[in-house]
Amino acid sequence: MDPVILSRLQFGLTTIYHWLFVPLTLGLGWYVAFFQTRYYQTKDETWRKMAKFWGKLFLINFAIGVVTGIVQEFQFGMNWSEYSRYVGDIFGAPLAVEALMAFFMESTFLGIWIFGEGRVPEKVHLASIWLAAIGSNLSALWILLANGFMQAPPAASYVFNEAKGRLELVNFFALIGNPKGWIFFWHTISDGLAMAAFLILAVSAYHIIRKQNVEFFKLSFQIASVVGLVASILIFLGGHTMGQYMREVQPMKLASIEAIWETEQPASFSLLTIGDLSGKKEVWSVRIPAAMSFLACNNFTCEVKGVNELQAQYEQQFGPGDYIPLMVVTYWTFRIMMAFGFVMMGVTAFFVWSNARGDITSAKWMKWVPSMLVLPYLANASGWILTEMGRQPWIVYGLLKVQDAVSPNLTPVDLLISLIGYTVVYGSLAVSMVYLMKKYAIAGPDAAMHESVDAVPALVGSQD
Amino acid sequence: MSYEFLQILWFILIAVLWIGFFFLEGFDFGVGMLLPFLGKKDEERRAIINTIGSVWDGNEVWLLTAGGATFAAFPEWYATMFSGFYLALFLLLVGLILRGISFEYRSKDSAPAWRNRFDWMIAIGSFLSALLLGAAFANLARGVPINADKMFTGNLFTLLNPYGLLGGVTTVAIFLLHGANFLGLKLEGEMRDRVNTAAKKIWAVTSVLYILLGVFTYVGGFWARGVINPGIVPIAAVTVLLLTRYFLNRKMEGWAFIMVALNIVLTQVTFFTMTFPNVMLSTTNPDWSLTIYNASSSQYTLTVMSIVALIFVPIVLAYQGWTYYMFRKRISTDKKTLVY
Ligand code: HDD
Ligand code: HEM
Ligand code: HEM
Repeated sequence: MDPVILSRLQFGLTTIYHWLFVPLTLGLGWYVAFFQTRYYQTKDETWRKMAKFWGKLFLINFAIGVVTGIVQEFQFGMNWSEYSRYVGDIFGAPLAVEALMAFFMESTFLGIWIFGEGRVPEKVHLASIWLAAIGSNLSALWILLANGFMQAPPAASYVFNEAKGRLELVNFFALIGNPKGWIFFWHTISDGLAMAAFLILAVSAYHIIRKQNVEFFKLSFQIASVVGLVASILIFLGGHTMGQYMREVQPMKLASIEAIWETEQPASFSLLTIGDLSGKKEVWSVRIPAAMSFLACNNFTCEVKGVNELQAQYEQQFGPGDYIPLMVVTYWTFRIMMAFGFVMMGVTAFFVWSNARGDITSAKWMKWVPSMLVLPYLANASGWILTEMGRQPWIVYGLLKVQDAVSPNLTPVDLLISLIGYTVVYGSLAVSMVYLMKKYAIAGPDAAMHESVDAVPALVGSQD
Repeated sequence: MSYEFLQILWFILIAVLWIGFFFLEGFDFGVGMLLPFLGKKDEERRAIINTIGSVWDGNEVWLLTAGGATFAAFPEWYATMFSGFYLALFLLLVGLILRGISFEYRSKDSAPAWRNRFDWMIAIGSFLSALLLGAAFANLARGVPINADKMFTGNLFTLLNPYGLLGGVTTVAIFLLHGANFLGLKLEGEMRDRVNTAAKKIWAVTSVLYILLGVFTYVGGFWARGVINPGIVPIAAVTVLLLTRYFLNRKMEGWAFIMVALNIVLTQVTFFTMTFPNVMLSTTNPDWSLTIYNASSSQYTLTVMSIVALIFVPIVLAYQGWTYYMFRKRISTDKKTLVY
């Protein structure tokens, strides 16, 4: 088996897995900090329970983010050693800063928050959850700036060193001012808030249907619908900005997510396109005229370059080769993400409106809410798959191809061992995490005040 | 600042990060390995975990920072070592995952089988991590096959040589002792006595292994192959290790802890001076070794990173130190005061 394919598969699987848990951490941290602050201000026991209950779910999720993150940090050297040599001078910096600035902060203060209640002054306890939330979001910023360099390396930030055969950093501020990274950050932070909103909505709805702790969960539901709506709008605006920037820096990706074969002016938006089996040729499609021009540049007339023209242009620029990403994937993942984004916006708007109109706790639609939790998860994974696969065949856009980036010393056997190993380990992590999440979510806020939910005497009668 | 000055500075900084990691996470690993053996009842186990509960994740970040800093300052070193030690690092990662997840999850269900399973995962994960880290460092001291393209040409079995294994086992032993000393400082009552007894036993084994490793290093010719001779540093390291017994006998836990901590620091100092300015010795041809000169980043990157480190390292040290101060009280096995 091809080591490049195996390495890509492994990187994709481990990163997506890491990324399933991260947005919830990013978003839920802010909510818990907010609840804790309200408790500090009002001394109302409900807010304390809110912080505890949602905080428990936060921690169960957080643990997986942490342990899978370590793998991420090491993988560049392990699987992509030629990549590491080629861009280490530039790419290593944001990773090191991330650890120094963000990981230390987040892990240290979260430790204080978990173990410090009653032991450290209340103000310190409150500050620690804010610092942990800020820390996680800072870590997102630095990693996204690193990824931003791979997607769209800012010309002012680097030079190619002929003698050493590698890129070297010449302007740190161009690296950290990369618009790509900051737009990623915008889209991602809102993604986290929306993800957490949908978790809160789903769990709250579950309890509201069963008439348990109705006041507690109604309040949670109201807060989450408002934040969820705002976040969904921000996601859309961020995504729209991403599309526009993509037209400038990654035109091939834009053409591929839209299945635009020939350059169009104005460009249409595809509602449904069927490709041939190779996923690289169009067979049949339905399109909205000029809509793509609007998405890509805010007017109805601009030109969007097509795949064929770009391919010809790239062959001239970089030599012969296939510069077209796998279109079935980029096209469909983009559609899933966008469609789910609009659904999320719609339902949260509906929740806010229903809240304003009257009592929601007996609404008939409530029973559908828990299953909506899949929306942000699928949208989120799709978003990254499109981002990363749309970058193919480049690992650093326009500079280094994926096939030249792998560690040359690894054999297919090495890679199969690690790939199967990660799959087994990650699979069992998922099983215990889902088990605990469900258990704690179902047990409700009173149980969260105890050591472990099944240790509440009323529930199981055990003393432990 | 001259290029060479920066290269040396970053070599020292990375050494400091590894020393910090071995010192801090060393006792976490030790505590983890001792957990199922010293904790008989559930409260006892929870108390043992709580001695490191609020700090282990922060301590682990020292490893992440060492990795990230190596990537930024010596990309060739990062690339060669991480791809070369591929399967060993994969196992290390598995160890760290098992351990990290178990700290969080073991108390989240009260079934004894559930808790026992996660406690053993903590112990096994800690053991695996300590063993592999020790073996990796011993192999760096010994040298590994590297070709003219800075590429590692061996495989997992290249690393499993007697010296590498001895390095791994010795590291496990030192971390066990370090962990026991840390528990001696943090627990109270009967648990404290139990820890003391264990520490004395571990001390004996550790000392034998440590001296053996020293002799092997010397006889094997792995000694001082760079430009500096570590001189009396390793002798001081042995001395403090032997002195530990004296303090253990008198139940002076603070001093015993300091002695082993010093041993860890001095061992690492020996390691880093022994090979300097090489970062990875090539056994294929010494001229193909990676050095701080041929493996480093550009002067500009090193300058930027120096500024970043100058700002953030003191801040991190301040708040991490402060956490230990805040949680300095001993931990009892009384259920009412235990945090789950
Ligand atoms: C809940 C998750 C979620 C939702 C509802 C959306 N996105 Fe998104 N999207 C992501 C989660 C995400 C992501 C997984 O977080 C990505 C991957 C990279 C990134 O920063 O965000 C992403 C990437 C991404 C990209 C690719 C960026 C690139 O490669 O340069 C585009 C163009 C959009 N998004 C656009 C949108 C639009 C127009 C949406 C309509 C509402 C939308 N996204 C909803
Ligand atoms: C700084 C952040 C990131 C970096 C540096 C990064 C880097 C990489 C690298 C080196 C590869 C392998 C080469 C390739 O196949 O293109 C890759 C592939 C991939 N990454 Fe990312 N990645 C980052 C973030 C993410 C995130 C958060 C996700 C989302 C889950 C993700 C999803 C993927 C996927 C799905 C692939 C496989 C693509 C393919 O097979 O073509 N990446 N990425
Ligand atoms: C592929 C590149 C990535 C690397 C090298 C990486 C590295 C890491 C590491 C080492 C950790 C564990 C930190 C700890 O021990 O506390 C971690 C957790 C985390 N990562 Fe990633 N990560 C990657 C992708 C991403 C992306 C793209 C984001 C955000 C946009 C992100 C955000 C986070 C956050 C918020 C945490 C802490 C919270 C949690 O554990 O869930 N990571 N990451």
